[in-house]
Amino acid sequence: MDRIKLLWDFFPFLSAEPSVVIFLSDVLKIVCRSYGRAPKMIHLESNFVQFKEELLPKEGNKALLTFPFLHIYWTECCDTEVYKATVKDDLTKWQNVLKAHSSVDWLIVVVENDAKKKNKTNILPRTSIVDKIRNDFCNKQSDRCVVLSDPLKDSSRTQESWNAFLTKLRTSLLMSFTKNLGKFEDDMRTLREKRTEPGWSFCDYFMVQEELAFVFEMLQQFEDALVQYDELDALFSQYVVNFGAGDGANWLTFFCQPVKSWNGLILRKPIDMEKRELIQRQEATLLDLRSYLFSRQCTLLLFLQRPWEVAQRALELLHSCVQELKLLEVSVPPGALDCWVFLSCLEVLQRIEGCCDRAQIDSNIAHTVGLWSYATEKLKSLGYLCGLVSEKGPNSEDLNRTVDLLAGLGAERPETANTAQSPYKKLKEALSSVEAFEKHYLDLSHAAIEMHTSIGRTRSARLVGKDLAEFYMRKKSPQKAEIYLQGALKSYLAEGWALPITHTRKQLAECQKHLGQTENYLQTSSLLASDHHLTEEERKRFCQEILSFASRQTDSPGHKIVLPLHCFAQLRDLHFTPSNAVVHVGGVLSVDITMCSQMPVPVRVEQIAINVHFSIEKNNYRKTAEWLTKHKTSNGIINFPVETSPFPTSQNNLPALELYEMFERSPSDNSLNTTGIICKNVHMLLRRQESSTSLETPSGVALEDGAHVLKCRDVTLEPGPNRITFRTQAKEPGTYTLRQLCASLGPVWFVLPHLYPPAQYDVYSQEPQLRVEPLADSLLAGIPQKVKFTVTTGHYTVKNGDSLQLSNAEAMLILCHAENRAVIYSNTREKASDVSLRVQSSDKVTSISLPAAPAYHMIEFELEVLSLPSAPVTGGESSMLGVTEPHRKHKDTQKAGHCMATTDHKVSIDCPWSIYSTVIALTFSVPFRTTHSLLSAGTRKYIQVCVQNLSELDFQLSDGNLADPGRGADLQLVPLNAKSPQHISSKQSVFFVWELKWTREPPPSLRCQFSVGFSPASEGQLSIPLKPYTYEFQVENFFTLYNVRAEILPPAGTEHCRTGSLCSLEVSITRLSDLLDVDKDEALTESDEYFSTKLMYEVVDNSSNWAVCGKSSGVISMPVAAQATHRVHMEVMPLFAGYLPLPDVRLFKYLPHHSAHSSQLDADSWIENDSLSVDQHVGDQLDSGSIRSRGSVHSASSSEHKGLPMPRLQALPPGQVFNSSTGMQVLVIPSRDDHVLEVSVT
Amino acid sequence: MVHTSLDVVDEKISAMGKALVDQRELYLGLLYPTEDYKVYGYVTNSKVKFVMVVDSSNTALRDNEIRSMFRKLHNSYTDVMCNPFYNPGDRIQSRAFDSMVTSMMIQVC
Repeated sequence: MDRIKLLWDFFPFLSAEPSVVIFLSDVLKIVCRSYGRAPKMIHLESNFVQFKEELLPKEGNKALLTFPFLHIYWTECCDTEVYKATVKDDLTKWQNVLKAHSSVDWLIVVVENDAKKKNKTNILPRTSIVDKIRNDFCNKQSDRCVVLSDPLKDSSRTQESWNAFLTKLRTSLLMSFTKNLGKFEDDMRTLREKRTEPGWSFCDYFMVQEELAFVFEMLQQFEDALVQYDELDALFSQYVVNFGAGDGANWLTFFCQPVKSWNGLILRKPIDMEKRELIQRQEATLLDLRSYLFSRQCTLLLFLQRPWEVAQRALELLHSCVQELKLLEVSVPPGALDCWVFLSCLEVLQRIEGCCDRAQIDSNIAHTVGLWSYATEKLKSLGYLCGLVSEKGPNSEDLNRTVDLLAGLGAERPETANTAQSPYKKLKEALSSVEAFEKHYLDLSHAAIEMHTSIGRTRSARLVGKDLAEFYMRKKSPQKAEIYLQGALKSYLAEGWALPITHTRKQLAECQKHLGQTENYLQTSSLLASDHHLTEEERKRFCQEILSFASRQTDSPGHKIVLPLHCFAQLRDLHFTPSNAVVHVGGVLSVDITMCSQMPVPVRVEQIAINVHFSIEKNNYRKTAEWLTKHKTSNGIINFPVETSPFPTSQNNLPALELYEMFERSPSDNSLNTTGIICKNVHMLLRRQESSTSLETPSGVALEDGAHVLKCRDVTLEPGPNRITFRTQAKEPGTYTLRQLCASLGPVWFVLPHLYPPAQYDVYSQEPQLRVEPLADSLLAGIPQKVKFTVTTGHYTVKNGDSLQLSNAEAMLILCHAENRAVIYSNTREKASDVSLRVQSSDKVTSISLPAAPAYHMIEFELEVLSLPSAPVTGGESSMLGVTEPHRKHKDTQKAGHCMATTDHKVSIDCPWSIYSTVIALTFSVPFRTTHSLLSAGTRKYIQVCVQNLSELDFQLSDGNLADPGRGADLQLVPLNAKSPQHISSKQSVFFVWELKWTREPPPSLRCQFSVGFSPASEGQLSIPLKPYTYEFQVENFFTLYNVRAEILPPAGTEHCRTGSLCSLEVSITRLSDLLDVDKDEALTESDEYFSTKLMYEVVDNSSNWAVCGKSSGVISMPVAAQATHRVHMEVMPLFAGYLPLPDVRLFKYLPHHSAHSSQLDADSWIENDSLSVDQHVGDQLDSGSIRSRGSVHSASSSEHKGLPMPRLQALPPGQVFNSSTGMQVLVIPSRDDHVLEVSVT
Repeated sequence: MVHTSLDVVDEKISAMGKALVDQRELYLGLLYPTEDYKVYGYVTNSKVKFVMVVDSSNTALRDNEIRSMFRKLHNSYTDVMCNPFYNPGDRIQSRAFDSMVTSMMIQVC
């Protein structure tokens, strides 16, 4: 430790009382406030030196450490005489000297001694001396004079004076120190500012700033001291950088002298005086300067308890030194820097180890590991340089170099001479022999790897491992290298670093070659040959390796080397012909594959084979052609995912997330319970990622030996895509799945273990089949319709002479044209041929001779069939199969509006391939719906027939005819129709009307038959005459019995009816005929040969135009006689103005209850018999007409109500009542006094 | 074999990444000095790592320049990622990104 030397002038006790000096220096621990900064405790040790004039600082002296801070004059003079004689002069001289050196920090101490005082009696008062001195010297600063009384006594007075003195001393010293330090720093800055001046020397400045650093260090301000060194470091670095940029400083040139010594850092001594002197003499090299600077920094950092920063800075320093030497173009012998770096690394490490305990080091490996690996690296390069790594050992040139390097190291330092593990010794030993080098290098490498691994830097460990592997390869021990290479490759593959993979593989290939691992070597070679990161030459070389191995004759011919295919070639796509990948038995299937060869040169492959797995499907239906054609919609090309990189990175392996929304509703009220997203392929994503490791292991490829193999021989695979076609003939029905693809090259087999996505083809066998289907949506009866016959031959071959035998149905004709064409299609719907078809028709059987067609083809032809539009109801029944069974569904037709009536015809067909006949049902629809109605005008009757076209086609109607097959001439049907033919469009109706005329009494019912000829309007002439459409119906009770006439008369005296005023409604019911058969029912009563029937009338106004006042209905007894009239009068009131239709008058037959309890009638239908003027006529029995259509609903109603005790009302059939006032209107004018105004607001 | 050193760098990022969980500073600074190269790292919030390798002798590049270069790179990368036609994980083929990187390289060299 340096210490501040305080100069003491005249210390009289120095010789006599050394204990006092010690006492003094102990006390001088000063608390001071450092200028401008936070208060700090500084420890100041001082040294007392006798005053010499030459020790006083001269102008420009920069030494701070040896600077006299305080000058003290000691005197024990107590005698005025003596004072005057000597002391005063002496003091004056001293003061002058100090002034001459501009030193203002001084102190005068007067020591009083009681002992002396006692001896001398004539002493002056002691104060006088002090006062005198104060007067003489301390003009203004009277505190510069201190009295120290009886220093050796142990009295309180002595103690007091000591304390006062020490305080004085402290403050003075501190003041002086602060002042001088500030001044020094200012000087230093000034010096630094001058650095651009030409004569400026870094070394000088270095010494100055270091002085400051020393002071701080002495004051235990290590932080500040470190700052000084860091500033120096940065300044120097900046100069070097500037020098590199061309801005050179003169003083730097001598740092550029060639490096002659590379003995590493020395960190064991606090100050490397040797180097310091070199710097002081301006003879230091760059390395020296750096070494010294770092050693100082290191020392300070260790003081600061920051050893890890040392390690970090050391690494930076070493890197930057190497860079700076390069930058300054300093000539360095090869290997010298390596030596220096190596030594320095170890020195730093050992230094750190020396000041830390084991646990601390272990927990801070992260900081030191860089140095370790750097040292390893450097040792490695030294080893290579000195020929220590080669197999043979160093040659003479290498030895010379080694000797040179060792010479540069110099002698070992005395500090480390007796430690066994010093860096110097290590390096010397390592360079001395091959074995020693190996030992040291392995030690270092393993240590580095271990450290890297322990802190989780596996990648760095791999890198060191790779270096180690390289070393082993040089040493010709590939088995050791392999582990490291495999390890490195594995981690590179896992992370997908392409270039490191390539490089490592290259090393690995060499390694495997040496090891004789044929399979592994070949696999690595193939991977390398397909690696695009390598040059073409290198790829070719590796490819050639494989080829030469393949061509080599092996001793065991059965021995195969199975390698994965993906490194040799990639399967791009696979294409089936036929494209649906379905063939019938015996058919030819070809598979085209596109393989992308990864090899740089064309490779001739002996055989490419696809292993096929055969399975018989249980579901027979699936093998039918239709199913297969329907369900395989793909175009037969299966694309295989192209691996963009030859290695699977973890991301590429993962399938895409399949996310689905999920809603869960509560079962009770269907409200949303939970919602979320479901990942459907979690099992794929969360799988352990281990698949990638199996990539390099050839054992994972198993060669399957399947019975079914598609082969292709002697294929030359050009680099890039190649197309290879396999052909096979399908043998057994079933599903064939392509499993493995395998390319063989002599004994080398490249195998793609799984084809994914799976590709498969199906072979099927099919029974022959016949299908008959209408060409249109539905077949229409009555006109020729086309029916398509499809014969799927399946495995049956249709020979010439094979024919289809159709047993004819009676009501369905098969129309034979002169020429029928049949088209034969192949299985893939390609038209094969077009041949004419021969159809022979006899009474019972129609025979169609099929054209010859090979198996698995389709024959298609069309035939025209004609179903009779309406067959007779009582068709000739027959038990034979194939007879038409017409189902006329008139009820259905009438009920369900637009449905067409249908007729089913069954046809049985005998096929040549089967002993059973096929029964086929054809359904024909009747295109028309016919309705009829009876119209009456008084007693004249008309029959209207409405023909409605339900089909989509337009028809031409002709020869509409209505005939009464039962009656003769007494009944006449007079047509009132337009001229035929008539056009009837789709969904339209045509009406036909006939007037019914009779000469004598008409029958109660009339059976009619309506027939109309029809033909499709679009087609011109039909080859065959079409049967007319017929419709039969029955008309009943068509004779008019009653005439009802209503009349509204305005009130008397007015011309018109008015709203709100009552009008009279006159209803007259007139019997038109005498007693007829139809009148004979319960309502008829007979009295005095007169027959009367009870009728009920009812006036209803549905449109509420009228308000019926009074009774609106009543029962009248009607005489059954012609011209019998019954008049009813009632009052109605019009509610609106305008022409109003008359209210309806309805007439019912009033059927009394058997027991005739009229009192049970309810209010609405009570019998009203008064105010009726009845004209009774005795009439004969008359036929009353009522019209009933066949199947009408009210035919059975009369008997249904018999059991009821109530009188019943029966509506009269519409033909029996004629309302002659239908359609009449009455003018109603609004009432004059419109006191009721109806306003409707919308 | 610059890539090999990148490998070490990558690890370093993860080591530093743990320490930087809460901090918003994406620039990782000098990661891995070697004798010849300086390796700088940058990690985005979504743990995308950028690594820049600079020749050690290139003293013109200070920390701040490197930082701004990384910022530029990050911005450009974000633009690429925002492209709806870009599939994450694919090789970046954006011309804009490429030209940006190239211009950065030219500027440095």
